[in-house]
Amino acid sequence: MFPIFCNVHYRMIPPIVRRGLFLAPLLWLAGCNTVVLNPSGDIAAQQAHLVVVSTLLMLLIIVPVMFLICLFAWRYRKSNTAAEYKPDWDHSTKLELLIWGAPLLIIIVLGLITWIYTHLLDPYRPLSRLDETRAVAPGVKPLEVEVVSMDWKWMFIYPEQGIATVNELVTPVDVPIRFKMTSSTVMNAFYIPALAGMVYTMPTMETQLNAVMNKVGVYDGFSANYSGAGFSDMKFKYHGVSQADFDAWVAKIKAGGQGSNGVLTRAQFAQLDKPTIKHPIMHFERVEPELYDRVLNRCVAEGTTCANEQMHQDAERIKAAAAIKDAQKDVCVPNVAATAQPTRKE
Amino acid sequence: MTMSDLNLTKLIFGRLSLEAIPYQEPILIGTFAMVAIGGLAVLAAMFKFRLWGPLWRDWITSIDHKKIGIMYMVLGIIMLLRGFADALMMRAQQAMAFGDNPGFLPPHHYDQIFTAHGTIMIFFVAMPLVTGLMNYVVPLQIGARDVSFPFLNNFSFWMTTFGAMLTMVSLFVGEFGRTGWLAFPPLSGIAASPDVGVDYYIWSLQVAGVGTTLSGVNLIATIVKMRAPGMSMMKMPVFTWTALCTNALIVATFPILTVTLAMLSLDRLVGTNFFTNDLGGNPMLYVNLIWIWGHPEVYILILPVFGVFSEITSTFSGKRLFGYTSMVYATVVITVLSYLVWLHHFFTMGSGASVNSFFGITTMIISIPTGAKIFNWLFTMYKGRVRFDVPMMWTVGFMLTFVIGGMTGVMLAVPPADFVLHNSLFLIAHFHNVIIGGVVFGLFAGMNYWFPKAFGFKLNEFWGKVSFWCWLIGFWVAFTPLYIMGFMGVTRRMNHFDDPSLQIYFIIAAIGALIIAGGIGAFLLQIALSIKDRAKLRDVTGDPWNGRTLEWATSSPPPDYNFAFTPVVYDNDSWADMKANKYQRPTGGFVDIHMPKNTGAGFVISALAFAVGFTMIWQMWLPAVLSFVAMIAAIITHTFNYKRDYYIKADEVARTEEAHTRLLESHV
Repeated sequence: MFPIFCNVHYRMIPPIVRRGLFLAPLLWLAGCNTVVLNPSGDIAAQQAHLVVVSTLLMLLIIVPVMFLICLFAWRYRKSNTAAEYKPDWDHSTKLELLIWGAPLLIIIVLGLITWIYTHLLDPYRPLSRLDETRAVAPGVKPLEVEVVSMDWKWMFIYPEQGIATVNELVTPVDVPIRFKMTSSTVMNAFYIPALAGMVYTMPTMETQLNAVMNKVGVYDGFSANYSGAGFSDMKFKYHGVSQADFDAWVAKIKAGGQGSNGVLTRAQFAQLDKPTIKHPIMHFERVEPELYDRVLNRCVAEGTTCANEQMHQDAERIKAAAAIKDAQKDVCVPNVAATAQPTRKE
Repeated sequence: MTMSDLNLTKLIFGRLSLEAIPYQEPILIGTFAMVAIGGLAVLAAMFKFRLWGPLWRDWITSIDHKKIGIMYMVLGIIMLLRGFADALMMRAQQAMAFGDNPGFLPPHHYDQIFTAHGTIMIFFVAMPLVTGLMNYVVPLQIGARDVSFPFLNNFSFWMTTFGAMLTMVSLFVGEFGRTGWLAFPPLSGIAASPDVGVDYYIWSLQVAGVGTTLSGVNLIATIVKMRAPGMSMMKMPVFTWTALCTNALIVATFPILTVTLAMLSLDRLVGTNFFTNDLGGNPMLYVNLIWIWGHPEVYILILPVFGVFSEITSTFSGKRLFGYTSMVYATVVITVLSYLVWLHHFFTMGSGASVNSFFGITTMIISIPTGAKIFNWLFTMYKGRVRFDVPMMWTVGFMLTFVIGGMTGVMLAVPPADFVLHNSLFLIAHFHNVIIGGVVFGLFAGMNYWFPKAFGFKLNEFWGKVSFWCWLIGFWVAFTPLYIMGFMGVTRRMNHFDDPSLQIYFIIAAIGALIIAGGIGAFLLQIALSIKDRAKLRDVTGDPWNGRTLEWATSSPPPDYNFAFTPVVYDNDSWADMKANKYQRPTGGFVDIHMPKNTGAGFVISALAFAVGFTMIWQMWLPAVLSFVAMIAAIITHTFNYKRDYYIKADEVARTEEAHTRLLESHV
């Protein structure tokens, strides 16, 4: 169905828009199944808010300009000989000030908003609020989820719960979540539009995303960065559930039993790392310790050295070499300097 | 290595075998059949009408900037057809591939198509068309006989063309990249993309990139050193100004692209680890480098068309350009700022908030000079007498379309907003909005505007208007659904979809693409009909639009030497100024004119560069070494060519000018 008529959700729309009803198309966008403008998580909601605010700020200048383009094109058409014609008029200091000044003012305002909100909505920043009205209670620890993008599926490891899933993400609503993300192969982008903006997953690198879901529901999650043949099917369902349901879900997976895929070991991970398309959902009742760190540092295979360890060893080696050189200097330099001192001929 | 390891077949043919011909793909075989039949027909016609000689003498070996400019335009238009065919296939695939229907393109083919579409449209459509316009117009606008280095100009053109040919060969021999048009590693690395696709991508761009860089050097030297007496920097036409800034950007950024691709090549070929996951490589290094080239690249495309619009607005409003000085400064500011924004292409790759804000705000600052330009065109129309010929229609269509693209661009520059819109169809709609609504509209405006200068007759007005309306309406029909789907969280480069409610949007977008196809068809028809009716459309004055700059001071088409006497300039609208002061064309006292001579060296060297590229792609080491040696030998041989100039005798100049005088009189 082509969604012509649908309910408009006012929560996301700033008062200034509510008054400016001539912007009907924007309202229409905000109301339909445009999940980006009408999300269910607080971070995405604030990001959507910024989309709307920046659009409005720019329309302040775009609308008059478009109007003037049409007006001048019509008014000064060749056949309208009644209009004034000044072929040599090419400068006006006042107008120049206006055409540089007006956009400058708007950009100053938008720049300030950008600076403030880029910091407030930095994906690395721990959350300070659950939504517009509720702050995060002091002492609340965010739920940690470790995300690995693979060819072409998603793995989610819950380090505190000790479980893992493939292509299914479940978290309690109104609880801050901290995603730590990496990739086992090429780059992808982890994106659940209803929850928060996307962040890339990159091999040997960790990125983070702090977010919170405010409404119980099932949402779409997918890779938003092309990663090869299976990319179009690299998606999963994200379930925002109540805390009780989440606990029950965790307990059920931990208990294993039917439908469980057993323990996620390094060997099992290596098996999974082979490229697959439309990979089925998997649940692991236990995860080998530090598996995520091994993925991040590319040392899942037995007998391989982790990248961070290797770098640490390199750094130590360089430090040691430098220390030896310094020590030699301490011994030799004063003597050399003394003998090299030029003797003055009187 | 022992002798038995030396496999001669491997040494000669490398990875190339009959399996590289995609004969199991019906779409490709159909295309190949059409190309083959069409090609044979053209070849037969060439023999029948004995056109090989003239083609070689008058075009392939020509170092006349006007002919090279025209050849660039032809290349751009031909490649537009290829790039647009890719676009239609993508639109068709996305309009049908819903639910159980996988569409007609499997990922293996579809992923090549979107990669080729982007690569071709930027490098082999937009770049040649922009370079072609600059090549044709700049020397005429500054009153020069040719560019500074005429041979280099021919060589640049052929390098670009052979680069394009490499891309085209990948259609029928092997495959193209399946990585997206910027080929980010690790996806483009040897582990994820072991096939020849990425190598085709790399070598096409390396060969063409040499041409682009050299043509940048050439035009900078031309503009800096060859302006007519009296034409100080602040009396240069705005198009020449934008050309200068664009070429400065080319010279400063294309080497970055060349080096980055060379590093990627080394990673793939000899096992270095610049951009790999392991051994200290870092793919983000590539992402930074490619965008340090890539962002200025979009300004390389848009700045010259800003110049085109400035010329057209002023000419068709019958009025001096409003705020010439601020227009020039706006151009220079954009040139400088375009280097300080590259990171906005990857806010979402985990940079800190301060870094993201910095690049977001620098991006927004660019909109200030760009906005100033829009206002300047606006106030150029103010109190003018605006004639709505085809070039002016494109200009007004551009202004109305481009401001929306600018607005969505600034939205994407706000990092938190970008987090939800990055890589979505909103982004796709945005950059097509500025590239079609800006660059393409500008190129069509420019082609309609300068065509009579190049060929001596105007383009058919009716079909020009049909083409304009198809493009304008088609663009909005094709991309408005993409803007909307961006807000629905639909991401780019998808091969098929599950949600059936999206299908209607893709169908509308496909209809839009068909309307644009109508626009392209109308444009080709416009050219064909204009050639047929050229007698009726003939312009004998050399100044069909009542132009304001020097290119309109000479005949249409201009003689080989452009100007019998180098004009003297007193004003930035120099031709308007000459006309106002009752300028008299000199009709006597001609002298011999020193001219550069045609040479086939550019074509030969470029053809050998193509051979080097092709053999390197397929790792055919023996032919690769041979063609490389042959290329170097051809370059050295060319340096011994001392017969590089000739004189057009004064009496021949007199005869040419006399003919022009008679034409002018016939008109009055």
